[in-house]
Amino acid sequence: MSDSNGLLLASLAIAPLAILGIVLLRSRPNWREGVSVLASIALFAVNIGIYHSLQQGATLSWRSGEILPGLRLELAVEPLGALFALIASFLWLVTVVYAVGYMRGHGEQNQTRFYAFFALSIGCVMGVAFSGNLLTLFLFYEMLSLSTWPLVVHAGNDKARHGGRVYLGVLLGTSIVFFLPAIILTWWSTGSLSFVPGGLFPENTDPRLLSALLVLFVFGVGKAAMMPFHRWLPAAMVAPTPVSALLHAVAVVKAGVFSLVKIGVYVFGLDQLAAVDSREWLLYLAGFTLLAASIVAMQKDNLKARLAYSTVSQLAYVTLGVLLAVPDGVTGSGLHIAMHAFGKITLFFCAGAILVASHKTEVSQLRGLGRQMPFTMAAFLLASLSIAGLPPTGGTWSKWFLMLGTLDTGALVLTAALVVSSLLNIVYLTLIPVRAFWRFDGADEAAAPTEVREAPLACCLAIGVTTAICVALFLFPQPLYELVAQIPLGGG
Amino acid sequence: MLSQLPLLPVLLPLLGAPACALLRRPLAAWVFSCAVSVLALAAAIALLAATWQQGVLSYALGGWAAPWGIEYRIDLLNALVLLLVSAMGAAVLLGARASVWREIPEHKRTLFFVAYLLCLAGLLGIAATGDAFNLFVFLEISSLATYALVATGRDRRALVAAYNYLVMGTIGATFILIGIGFVYMLTGTLNMADLAQRLPAVGQSRTAFAAYAFIVVGVCLKLALFPLHLWLPGAYTRAPSIVTVFLAATATKVALYVLIRFSFTVFQVEYSILALPLETVFVVLGVVAVFAGSLVAVFEPDLKRGLAYSSVAQVGYMVIGVGLGTVAGLQASLIHLFNHAIMKGTLFMALAAVVLRLGGSTYAQMQGVGRSMPITTACLLLGGLSLIGVPGTAGFISKWYLVTAAADREQWLLVLLILAGSLLTAVYIWRLVETAYLAPRQSPASIAPRALEAPAGLLAVLVVLALANIYFGLDTRLPVQTAGGAANGLLAAVLP
Repeated sequence: MSDSNGLLLASLAIAPLAILGIVLLRSRPNWREGVSVLASIALFAVNIGIYHSLQQGATLSWRSGEILPGLRLELAVEPLGALFALIASFLWLVTVVYAVGYMRGHGEQNQTRFYAFFALSIGCVMGVAFSGNLLTLFLFYEMLSLSTWPLVVHAGNDKARHGGRVYLGVLLGTSIVFFLPAIILTWWSTGSLSFVPGGLFPENTDPRLLSALLVLFVFGVGKAAMMPFHRWLPAAMVAPTPVSALLHAVAVVKAGVFSLVKIGVYVFGLDQLAAVDSREWLLYLAGFTLLAASIVAMQKDNLKARLAYSTVSQLAYVTLGVLLAVPDGVTGSGLHIAMHAFGKITLFFCAGAILVASHKTEVSQLRGLGRQMPFTMAAFLLASLSIAGLPPTGGTWSKWFLMLGTLDTGALVLTAALVVSSLLNIVYLTLIPVRAFWRFDGADEAAAPTEVREAPLACCLAIGVTTAICVALFLFPQPLYELVAQIPLGGG
Repeated sequence: MLSQLPLLPVLLPLLGAPACALLRRPLAAWVFSCAVSVLALAAAIALLAATWQQGVLSYALGGWAAPWGIEYRIDLLNALVLLLVSAMGAAVLLGARASVWREIPEHKRTLFFVAYLLCLAGLLGIAATGDAFNLFVFLEISSLATYALVATGRDRRALVAAYNYLVMGTIGATFILIGIGFVYMLTGTLNMADLAQRLPAVGQSRTAFAAYAFIVVGVCLKLALFPLHLWLPGAYTRAPSIVTVFLAATATKVALYVLIRFSFTVFQVEYSILALPLETVFVVLGVVAVFAGSLVAVFEPDLKRGLAYSSVAQVGYMVIGVGLGTVAGLQASLIHLFNHAIMKGTLFMALAAVVLRLGGSTYAQMQGVGRSMPITTACLLLGGLSLIGVPGTAGFISKWYLVTAAADREQWLLVLLILAGSLLTAVYIWRLVETAYLAPRQSPASIAPRALEAPAGLLAVLVVLALANIYFGLDTRLPVQTAGGAANGLLAAVLP
């Protein structure tokens, strides 16, 4: 058992060690990137080890000394966290490979700083994933916001500066004004911040307090990008594409919805959550966010901006899943964290590949690009199907459970919202590769360049891996489902 | 030896100052004052340990028993303030050499250290004495030394700032003296413990009201509580960098101690908080101070001046804690007193390094400083994060206790305001971060010249202070338990 706890600490220690290596080897780029690759492999291996000991029924945990009376930093492994850590660390590995191709292909400056803060961000994500109480979660949540800021403003120009302000302003602002008081109020009313299956609050808690707390938590976790606090995500798109891909499609945004799922399941508990008055209108707000973000995405011509709004929409699916407060909803949320991660990171990889290979950033420029970049566009097609929730991709399953969840609660309006949003997904994402392959205007068919010019091999490799997983998860969703099904719902 | 302990932290610098004046070479004066301040720190540490073990220590000066003689009375609150002041005093002096040599003309250097020791003696004396008039005497010693310290620099604008401070400070001290005179007239004693016993009998007289009012206003002037803060930004900005570090870390803290001591010991809680509307006054003024100070700091082009206004805001937080009128509120206030000394010590120390190398601390001068002085800037960032209250830093602990204390009173609006104040802090700290780390907007010519880090002595102290922000964010036993014990000792008998 002590070995397993060693694994837990190792998952947090790898990132700082990697940073040390990256900084020391700053003058030798190949070695420096080697450190990142090695660290990501090591981290993934450690997380697999954690997954296995969890499957064998071991309890992994670690506690610090008391920070405040009765409050410590605590780490603990539970199924959802293990899932999140596995996905994030695996995709770190893929992204590092991709980033090597992208950053060099694009001639970016300050690459040492880039890789160092990238590793730091992943370290913070591990902290979020394995946090054993709200205080620890909050600590790593804030560190994640701060450590991603240098990545967002990587370009260093006025646009990046402005993006960075919106990014940090919204994330830090919501966390200080909503999240922190929510945590303090939880502590103040229950005397505990631990994650407990079934929730913390005693039966006789003032319902008004619970209502207020739920609102504070949902808005306070700004990383979940619930409207009207979603603006930071499009703003973060000034970052280099690997950052948008891993952090703003997977690690950071998923840290947000992951926190919400944890709060829903372990702080409120599904039974208590179902009885909270403010839950209903927050549900409809999630439904609104999900539709509105899709509609905004349709109007964005910039590819990365469109993907960003699509992420806002998909995050609302996860939030909605928790707020349904039924087991199917939580299962759907857990699965969607995984499925959306693989789909969206593929889409961002494709966007970056298009930028590097053909210097195109707008959707309207992509017509006919399928002839130059057939591989990239094919991957884009499959990944967009996964986002929309269509076979033969993994996204089918998470949408399935989310729909079941809405039917369980009888909220047919929400079912309809999910269906409409999926249709919109097809319009604004799937049509992009379709148009790239088949030009409907047909006017200058002959003039279009036809030679294949794909992005660097490293980029294509990464795209291939994540696309393959999107498809594989349709055929073999079992391991993920089993992991999510282990989340203790406290009898709910 | 142990029986003399309560006197030692005060006596060492008080006797050290004239001895220091005899040394002619500035370097010798610096080494000597460092030794004195470290010894005072050692005495303060021993005193805190003794207070934990034995409870309140009492020492009759010259063998004259209280209430006729002067009593030095050390409880946990005194010991905490003594430790804080002597620790910051020693740390600042240890790192001071390079900055003092740069900013103070040669013929004034020895006198600078003499004044520094006098100021330290005064501040420690205030924190150690149990006699109201003796407190006033030490207040004047520290104030006069401070006026001199502010004016020692080469910047002639410092003279105006010192003069402003002198006028305001003297008014404050006079008010305190009038107040003390009134209570002496009423009760015939100056010993604080004795006053506490005799005042309730005459508490309803107008004289007692007037005395308390004079004392509170006078102390708030020294404390720089909004709207009595006007002297502070000028004095902090124009004073030599080292003086600013020392004042920011100690002077306002000692003033807060005096406020707490008079409000909760001399005039007891029933009187100061329950009978008078001070609760409202302190909370409202505190909140206004937080927002006014922070807003000015946001728009201030000079970082040193911006941080001075930020001190006005932070004093607001401490006064809010006092104004809550509960044990938890007072504890929060004392914790923030401790933590804020560390944060502002870090920030101003880093600025001392910046001024040493770049010649100023305006945002324009600090463009790209993250590249030329990476360690200093990292410390500046750590201090700033702590000031915002990011988890894992000392500032977070302060915010946690303050918000919990406000929640205990179910003052939800106050909770919101306290946290919104943190956001304003984030705005001006982030302005600094952008300036330091992002490529400059203007032409490359305005980039800071390729400067080096400050000398090792200054840098070492700076790094220790910066790491203290993290240490006290994770291991909070010292400030939390001491402040808790002190707050309980003052209020537990009366309030929840």
